[in-house]
Amino acid sequence: MENAVEFNAELAEGAKENAESFSEELRVFSAHSAVSLSYGFVRALHPRQAELRLFPDQASTMAPSVDALYFFLLGTSALIGLALAVLVITFSVKYRRRAGAAHLPAAPTTRWLEIGWIAVMFVLFMAMFVWGARVYYDLQRAPPNALEIQVVGKQWMWKIQHPTGQREVNELHVPVGRPVKLLLSSEDVIHSFFLPAFRVKQDAVPGRTTALWFEATRPGQYHLFCAEYCGTGHSRMTGWIVVLEPRHFQRWLDTRLSGESPVAQGLKLFQSLGCATCHNPQPSARCPNLVGLFGRTVRLRDGSTVTVDDAYLRESILDPAAKIVEGYEPIMPTFQSRVSEEQLLQLLAYLKSQS
Amino acid sequence: MKHYLNAGYSVGSWLLTRDHKRIAILYLLSVTFFFFIGGAFATLVRLELMTPAGDLVISETYNKLFTMHGVAMIFFFLIPAIPTVIGNFLVPLMIGARDLAFPRLNLASWYLFTAAGLLALGSIIFGGVDTGWTFYTPYSTTYANTHVFLMAAAIFVAGFSSILTGLNFVVTIHKMRAPGLTWSRLPLFIWSTYATALLFVIATPVIGITLALIAIERLLSVGIFDPALGGDPLLFQHLFWFYSHPAVYIMVLPALGVVSELVATFSRKRIFGYGFVAGSSLAIAILGFLVWGHHMFVSGQSMYAGMIFSILSFLVAIPSSIKVLNWTATLYRGSISLRTPMLYAIGFMGLFTIGGLTGLFLATLGIDVHVTDTYFVVAHFHYIMVGGTVMAYMGALHYWWPKMTGRSYPEAWGKLSALIIFIGFNLTFFPQFILGYLGMPRRYHAYPEEFQVLNVLSTAGASILGVGYIFPMFYFIGSLFARKKIGDNPWGATGLEWRTSSPPPEDNFRETPVVTEEAYDFAKAEEPELP
Repeated sequence: MENAVEFNAELAEGAKENAESFSEELRVFSAHSAVSLSYGFVRALHPRQAELRLFPDQASTMAPSVDALYFFLLGTSALIGLALAVLVITFSVKYRRRAGAAHLPAAPTTRWLEIGWIAVMFVLFMAMFVWGARVYYDLQRAPPNALEIQVVGKQWMWKIQHPTGQREVNELHVPVGRPVKLLLSSEDVIHSFFLPAFRVKQDAVPGRTTALWFEATRPGQYHLFCAEYCGTGHSRMTGWIVVLEPRHFQRWLDTRLSGESPVAQGLKLFQSLGCATCHNPQPSARCPNLVGLFGRTVRLRDGSTVTVDDAYLRESILDPAAKIVEGYEPIMPTFQSRVSEEQLLQLLAYLKSQS
Repeated sequence: MKHYLNAGYSVGSWLLTRDHKRIAILYLLSVTFFFFIGGAFATLVRLELMTPAGDLVISETYNKLFTMHGVAMIFFFLIPAIPTVIGNFLVPLMIGARDLAFPRLNLASWYLFTAAGLLALGSIIFGGVDTGWTFYTPYSTTYANTHVFLMAAAIFVAGFSSILTGLNFVVTIHKMRAPGLTWSRLPLFIWSTYATALLFVIATPVIGITLALIAIERLLSVGIFDPALGGDPLLFQHLFWFYSHPAVYIMVLPALGVVSELVATFSRKRIFGYGFVAGSSLAIAILGFLVWGHHMFVSGQSMYAGMIFSILSFLVAIPSSIKVLNWTATLYRGSISLRTPMLYAIGFMGLFTIGGLTGLFLATLGIDVHVTDTYFVVAHFHYIMVGGTVMAYMGALHYWWPKMTGRSYPEAWGKLSALIIFIGFNLTFFPQFILGYLGMPRRYHAYPEEFQVLNVLSTAGASILGVGYIFPMFYFIGSLFARKKIGDNPWGATGLEWRTSSPPPEDNFRETPVVTEEAYDFAKAEEPELP
């Protein structure tokens, strides 16, 4: 299971220690993954190969209920579809036109066949409706003791804040076996918070708060997608939900509060703000690689050049569209209202440390 | 012999014609053009999705590609195709009339459609639109920097073309039926076209109003849909789907009518349960207005509203299922000929059934939450729209081609293309159901690697499908130059359109036909020239 990598602290630490023995890509990613598992880390553990998957992971209490309903419909549909196919093919072969055959009299319409069909369909459809509504009701009603987490969608990232203050971007850490309720809102357009492994989805609508709840059942790392089209970076508005054993979750919460050097904090910001998803050293990356950038001279789209210094980095974070490096698109969102002055300095400290 | 095609050769004789048959040909050219435009966008979308990384085009371009694919296919092909090409040609012929009730209005509809098409092309050429064909607010009103206004104007104008066509059909079917052609004797294609025409007239103004509101908000910053200006984005979704769900039935009802004609002729049997099939068209048209909220189960709409829309969505599935049952029952003890149009009809029954059954999944609240806005939905509506409407349209073109042109298409090529289209279609869209349940969101430019195999299958299928659509282009055109003419009623079909010559004269009938029997009375029909 590629996504449901069993998470345990030993694995993360072991990977950190053995980083040297992995590929260049893994070395960079595991360095970035000192605190939590990152997308790149998982990718490095599982070499890129075409893998055929046919069914999603089941990682929440609701997933088996939704799947049971799904299999009921799948079975019923398959039966109806097969019956029709058999009838159509049999009739097409058996009653194929033969030369000189006399016309058969038109079969009289049997009203009772029509009414019987309507009755059977009606009963079947109502069964589907009632079962579906029942599951929907459960999906909509969060248990009262749920852990409430704030989620804000913004072009094109998910900003998350835990009740104890910890912030995350495009990653959500939750404990296993405890109901979690997400309070969703949006800073700009409509987004949709979608966790396929949990079978839950809810739009985040500007101007209102919506809610979604789940109870994770299996530790691991699962996809988070934005499911409502929200503009240029829609398909990059993805992330991970990391399900931890309660003690690991507590440890994770504790780690997030510990004081660290500006460089380490900058590194964390670099990851948690989602910089690393674009600014990575892969050749296919959409944004310039920032390792070894400070002090270099870069060529911009308009043909001019600029030397990378504090001011340029600051401007590029707060007003990314101002000076676009040649060969890249102006896709980076502004961090004007996203980072405090203090955080900006931490980021600069980290970027400079990479030279 | 004088007929509508050789009545005049000047450009003016076409562009100023009031003959419904010539206008149908004008529409045929227009919608075919847009089908290939939309197809070109689809090709690029599928090519991009062969690899997980967004590497063929940048995200802005990809977003425009799927938007313009949707807009071109829905508003400029699927909605007009069967009503304006097949319907325009056949409604007067099938009811024994000389023309539609308002021939000049009919021509005006085509000009409006063409104007709308030019606006849409303009929007594409100036840089395109990236809102998705659904134009969801506040993205479309406040955040999109593309040519939303121009495209909205195009759809607005195209809407008037639909309204006028609908009006024309309703009046024509009410007032111009031949003596003896009572409602209960109407061909089923007329019933479904009538239901469609009602939807055109009643539903289309709503999309016009909605797009006008978008333009007002974009240009004048009046808060209607954008919460930053005091509006409500969900209001847009209600208005949009109040039109766009009936629009789904606008796209599929005429197809259901076509299939009824094909199944009857190629089984040489009266459609089983005529009254139920005719009535189900009207039931679909009425219930279709009451289910729009099933597009909004995760939008933040109230849970109880969701339940009401869910139950109504199940109800609308019943009349659709009646049709499939009755077609199947018609085959029983029929005299079945598997010529190309019938292959399309049978293909339609299979694909429409899969589309309909997966529609039940989407009507089921607990499942819809997981699969909405994923590839499951994409697969579902392509099974209905492409597997349904396009298959029926292809079947209709083959079936009535001898009537329209007096020439026959090459049968072997026809069957081969139908087979290629069926195989290509399933390979393209079936994997998308699996992708959807796995959780791949729609409108994604880049996607995680574990979805690649299914996407590659889908792209491979699309290339097969493309080949299947290109063949008929060539052999239909080629058939026009064939020397051999075909008789007036090659299929031995019933229906007034087969009682006149092929191609029909300008006035359709040399004398007004009188109808004395039920529809599909094959006991009295001629023997087929092409059995």
